Amino acid sequence: MSFLDYFRGKKTNTNTANVAKERLQIIVAHERGHRKQPDYLPALQQELLAVIRKYVDISDDMVQVEIDRTDTCSVLELNVTLPEK
Amino acid sequence: MARIIVVTSGKGGVGKTTTSASISTGIAKRGHKTVVIDFDVGLRNLDLIMNCERRVVYDFVNVIQGEASLSQALIRDKRVDTLFILPASQTREKEALTKEGVEKVINELSQTFDYIICDSPAGIEHGAQMALYFADEAIVVTNPEVSSVRDSDRILGILQSKSRRAEKGQDPVKEHLLVTRYNPARVERGEMLSVADVEEILAIPLLGIIPESQVVLNASNQGLPVILETETDAGQAYDDAVARLLGEEREHRFMTAHKKGFFSRMFKGG
Repeated sequence: MSFLDYFRGKKTNTNTANVAKERLQIIVAHERGHRKQPDYLPALQQELLAVIRKYVDISDDMVQVEIDRTDTCSVLELNVTLPEK
Repeated sequence: MARIIVVTSGKGGVGKTTTSASISTGIAKRGHKTVVIDFDVGLRNLDLIMNCERRVVYDFVNVIQGEASLSQALIRDKRVDTLFILPASQTREKEALTKEGVEKVINELSQTFDYIICDSPAGIEHGAQMALYFADEAIVVTNPEVSSVRDSDRILGILQSKSRRAEKGQDPVKEHLLVTRYNPARVERGEMLSVADVEEILAIPLLGIIPESQVVLNASNQGLPVILETETDAGQAYDDAVARLLGEEREHRFMTAHKKGFFSRMFKGG
């Protein structure tokens, strides 16, 4: 910082630390969500996809399988998007 | 029963070996019989940081494979006589560290030592997993920087799922956050994540803050654990961390920048 900057004060401050914190909070939360999922989930997703495909033509990303855990129970959440006719 | 503590981080270059050297030296200096094990097979460096590289005859893998006894492989530190170093092998593959082999060595060490410090290699592969598998506690070394924080979170996930304690359903591995290379001046300018930010994201208790310091390189140049540089900021910060690890309450220091006076700002610049 130069002589004049001292009197101007630190106004050129772009707070990159805040950007870093926000980005980290999002990615860490996302990765923690994946970590808690059981190992069989990807295989389950593939098999469900195969079953549904017997009846409806859907792409890989149209079936979402997730497990939500609370203290007392776990919920298997299955989200299938059917194509428009 | 020894207290088994892994020093880990996921990311490389954040200060695991520096931390292992200083923490083990600090614990031993307080009279506890301590051994520090280098798990970085193929990339041994703890010996250099602790200035015993020319005294290595046998290593960890030799002991596991029955080619040497533990007493032949252990190197007694020349400065602190309750401290021993078990060096990593420089030539073998990481797979030479079998779970059974590591367990045998750790069990044998547990009978005579109070503290076993495991210096983990970087990454989340076999070597890192072996280093943390038997741990009761973990010191997670993190730089206030995005990739290091993310990798620390990854390694916390592995501690919570793949350690022996996790697999056996015992109490979880006790986690400690050690923030290293901390630059309070940059934090104040909004250029670096603060300790509070890192604590909030990782959500584990803070063991200590090691300020970024020239002293660390100077110490490692000479093979001196920086904790022995008792007049320096980094040395004192490690000493605080050791005291807290051993149950002492100490206030956190080195969180704020040293304020420059008006004249030094005017004439030397910020």
